[in-house]
Amino acid sequence: MSTLQEIVAHCEELAFDLSFKRAGAWKAQGKDRVVIGHLPVYFPREVIHAANGLAVGILGGGDKKLIIKGDAYYQSYICHMPRSVIELALDKHFDDFDGFIFPSICDVIRNLSGMFQMLGEGKFVKYLDFPQNFKHHIGGTFYRYELQTVLDEIHKLNGVEVTAERLNHSIGMFNLNRALICQLYDIRNEFPWRMTAADVYHVVRAGYVIPVEEHNEILSQVIHLIQKEAGNPTDKIRVLVMGAFCEQPPVGLIRTIELAGCYVVEDDFLLGARWIQGDIETGSADPMEAITTAYLEKSTFSSSVYDVGNPKEARLIDLIRRRKVDGVIFAAPSFCDPALLDHPILQKECNDKNIRFISFLYSENTGQFKVIKEQVGTFSDSIKLWD
Amino acid sequence: MSKDVSKERSMIIQKEMISGLFKELSMAKETGKKVVYTFVPGNISELILSFGMLPVYPEINALQAGMRKKSADYIRDAEQHGHSEDVCTYVKCDVGMMLNGNIGPTGEKIPAPDLLLLSYTGCFTFLKWFETLERLYPGVPVALLHTPYQEAHKITPEMTTYMVKQLKEEVIPKMEMVSGNKYDEEKLKSILRNSSKVEDYIIKIFETTKNRPSPIDAYFAGVYYIGPINSGFRGTPEAVNYYAELYSEILLRVEKKLGPITPEGEMEEERFRLVVEGPPNWTHFREFWKLFYDMGAVIVASSYTKVGGVYDMGFRVNPDKPLESLADYCMNCYTNLNLQQRTDLLSKCITDYHADGFLVNSIKSCNSFSAGQLMIMQQLERTLEIPIGFIESDLVDPRYFSYSNIKNRLESFFQMLEQRKMIFTQE
Ligand code: SF4
Ligand code: SF4
Repeated sequence: MSTLQEIVAHCEELAFDLSFKRAGAWKAQGKDRVVIGHLPVYFPREVIHAANGLAVGILGGGDKKLIIKGDAYYQSYICHMPRSVIELALDKHFDDFDGFIFPSICDVIRNLSGMFQMLGEGKFVKYLDFPQNFKHHIGGTFYRYELQTVLDEIHKLNGVEVTAERLNHSIGMFNLNRALICQLYDIRNEFPWRMTAADVYHVVRAGYVIPVEEHNEILSQVIHLIQKEAGNPTDKIRVLVMGAFCEQPPVGLIRTIELAGCYVVEDDFLLGARWIQGDIETGSADPMEAITTAYLEKSTFSSSVYDVGNPKEARLIDLIRRRKVDGVIFAAPSFCDPALLDHPILQKECNDKNIRFISFLYSENTGQFKVIKEQVGTFSDSIKLWD
Repeated sequence: MSKDVSKERSMIIQKEMISGLFKELSMAKETGKKVVYTFVPGNISELILSFGMLPVYPEINALQAGMRKKSADYIRDAEQHGHSEDVCTYVKCDVGMMLNGNIGPTGEKIPAPDLLLLSYTGCFTFLKWFETLERLYPGVPVALLHTPYQEAHKITPEMTTYMVKQLKEEVIPKMEMVSGNKYDEEKLKSILRNSSKVEDYIIKIFETTKNRPSPIDAYFAGVYYIGPINSGFRGTPEAVNYYAELYSEILLRVEKKLGPITPEGEMEEERFRLVVEGPPNWTHFREFWKLFYDMGAVIVASSYTKVGGVYDMGFRVNPDKPLESLADYCMNCYTNLNLQQRTDLLSKCITDYHADGFLVNSIKSCNSFSAGQLMIMQQLERTLEIPIGFIESDLVDPRYFSYSNIKNRLESFFQMLEQRKMIFTQE
C-alpha cells in the first residue's frame, strides 16, 4: 500500500499526461482494443467498456499546453478549452485514439466536432445529441439510437459484439466507480482537512484516462487511507464551487480557494464522473435500456440540460443544505454561455435564501491568482465574521 | 449613386404586414388571441397559425431594439441584473427590454406569452434564454422541441421520428391546451401549401443575384426580404402576395439591368461581388452597409438569410406530410448544418453566384455562428483560392462595433480584390 501522497502524485501525473500514455499502453495489449475520446460533460462510458474500449475524457490542455496553432482556429471571444483541444490534435496527442465523441452541451463543442471531422481526426467523430425530452418512448428511444450509432462505429473497428452480459458487467464496474467517488466526496465533506480539494481533483481526474478497474483500486486505497484521522481541522468556511462543469479550472485556482480560507466541499469540476446519481441496474436483460433509464431519471443538474419541471435553483439549494455549505463560489470559464447564463438564476436564488456567494471568471490556463485570492479571502473572512 | 429612394410596393406591403402583426399583438389580451414566444431558426409558425395563435420572436425584438438604438440601455440593465458581459447580447437585450416594460419595435407593448415554444434549432443559447424567460413569466407552459443536429451530414429517419413524436406528444397537446382549439391537420396542410409557394419565391429571388449587375443585395437588403418568413408570416396568403410582388419588382430590375437599391438610392457600378458569412451588426446597420455600397460591393449570397431555412439545396415543405415536413424544415436551418455542410454551402454560393471574395462578419456574442468560422475560412481559401476578409462586430451591443477598425479591414480587403481583378484582366 502506498501513502496518500504517493497515490495523489501518481494520479496527478496520469491526469495531466497529455500524451495519454496509459491509454496507449492499454490499447497495445490487445488487438481488438480501441481508445475513444469524449469531451465533457457526460458520456456513459459503460458502453465503450463493454465494446472492449477505453473511454478517455478529453478535458483540454489546461495550463500544461502552450497554445500556438489553436488561436488560429478560434476568435478571442470563445472559451479556451476548444483551442487547446485543437492544439493537442494538431500536435498529434490523439494518435492512439480511434474515435471521438462530442456530447451536446453547447455550440462551441458542437462546432468543434465539425472541426474534428474536417481535420480527419480519428476513424470516427460522433456528435452525440443528448435528448432534452425525458420521456422514455420519445427522448429515451432517441438516446438509444444515438448510443447505438457509437456502438456501430466501434463494431466496424473491432468487431466486438456487445452482449447483455458484457454490458451488465461494465455497468457494475462504473456503478462501483461512481459509488467510490461519492464516498470520497462524502468523507471529504465531513473531514475536509484530511485531503485537499486539489488532491481529490487529481484522484478523480485520473479516472478519466485509465481503465475503470485500475481507478476503482486507486479510489479504494484512497478511501481506506482517509478513513483514518489525518491533519487538523482549521477555521475555514465550507464552499461549493459552481460553473466549472466543462472547461476545467487550473489546479492552482482550486488550491488558491482553499489557501484563501475555504474548504471546497462540493463542486462540479468533473461532473461527468458523478453524472448518474446512484446505480444503474445491472441485472437487466436489456442493459441499454437500463443505461437509458438512468440518463432520463438519474441525471444530475447541469447547465447543458433544460430544467423544465425540475428547477436547477431548487437543486442547488438542496445541495447547499446537504453539504452544509457556508457560501457559494460561482467560477465559470470566460465566454461560457451555458454556465454564465445560469448564474443570474442561481444567484437570485442565493440572494433570496440569504446564501452568500461570489463570482469570478477563469480560463483553463489562468496563471495569476492574486486577485482571486484576495476576493476569496475577503469572502471567507466576511462569512466568518458575520455568521 | 442614384438618389431615387422611393419606396417600392413590396416595402410598403411588408411594413403593413409587420405593423399589423404588432397591432394584433398589442390587442391580444382584449381579442383573446393567445401569444406564443418562439425563435426564428426552426420556427414552426405554420403550426402556431393553425391554432389561431400569434407568434413573438424575441430575436426580432432584440434586433429591432439594436436598429432603434435602444439595445445599449437594455443590455446595461440586464448586466446590472447579473448577466455577464461575455454572453449572447440578444438574450441581454431581450431581458432588458422586458425590464423596461416590453415595448416592441412599433412602440406598442408586447403581451406576455401564453406559451413558450422552445424550438431551439442550431443554438444552445436558446435553451438558456428560455430558462430565463420561464422565470420571468412563471407558470407559463413550456413546449420543448429538441432539434437534432445534422452531425452525420444528413437527416436520418430516427431524427425525424424523434421530432414528430415531440410535435405530437409535447408541442401539439400544449398548443391545444393553451389555444383551446383542436389540432386541425387539414388546416395545417393548407397553410403549408402557401409555405411551399413562398419557398419557391425565396429561391427565385435570391437566385437573381446570378445576374450582372446583381439586382439585389442578398445580405443588407436580404435581411428585409426574409423579414416576413422570419416573423410569423410563412404560410400566410399575405406572404405569398408579398413575395410575388417582390419577385416581380426584382425581375423588372433585372430586365433594366439595374443594381441593388441602397438607403441612398441605386448602386450604379457593381465592382465587387461578395458572399458573406455571419449575422450583420444591427446597431450601426446603415453605416455598415454604406461601407460596402460606397465601394461598389454587392453581397450576392449570405448565410444569415438562411437561418430561418435553407431552401437552395432542394428542401421544400411537403404539405402531404405536415409534421415530418416541419421536423425536416427545423433540421435544415443553416446553423443546424454541420461545419462541413456549412462550408460546402458557402462554397456553392461562391461558385454559383460568381463571387470575387468571401467575407466573415464574426459576431462576438454568437458562438453558434462564430465557433468554427476560422476553419471555414481556411478551407474555402484553400479549395477556392479566393480572397477572404474578416471583420468582427456584435449583433446589438454597440460597444463592439468599431467603425474605424472595420473600415480599415474592409479597405484592405477591397484592395486585395482590386489587385486580383487587375491580375485577372491582364492575364
Ligand atoms: S467552456 Fe462552456 S462554452 Fe466552452 S466548450 Fe465548455 S460549455 Fe461550451
Ligand atoms: S448565440 Fe447566436 S444564434 Fe444563439 S441566440 Fe445568440 S445570436 Fe442567436
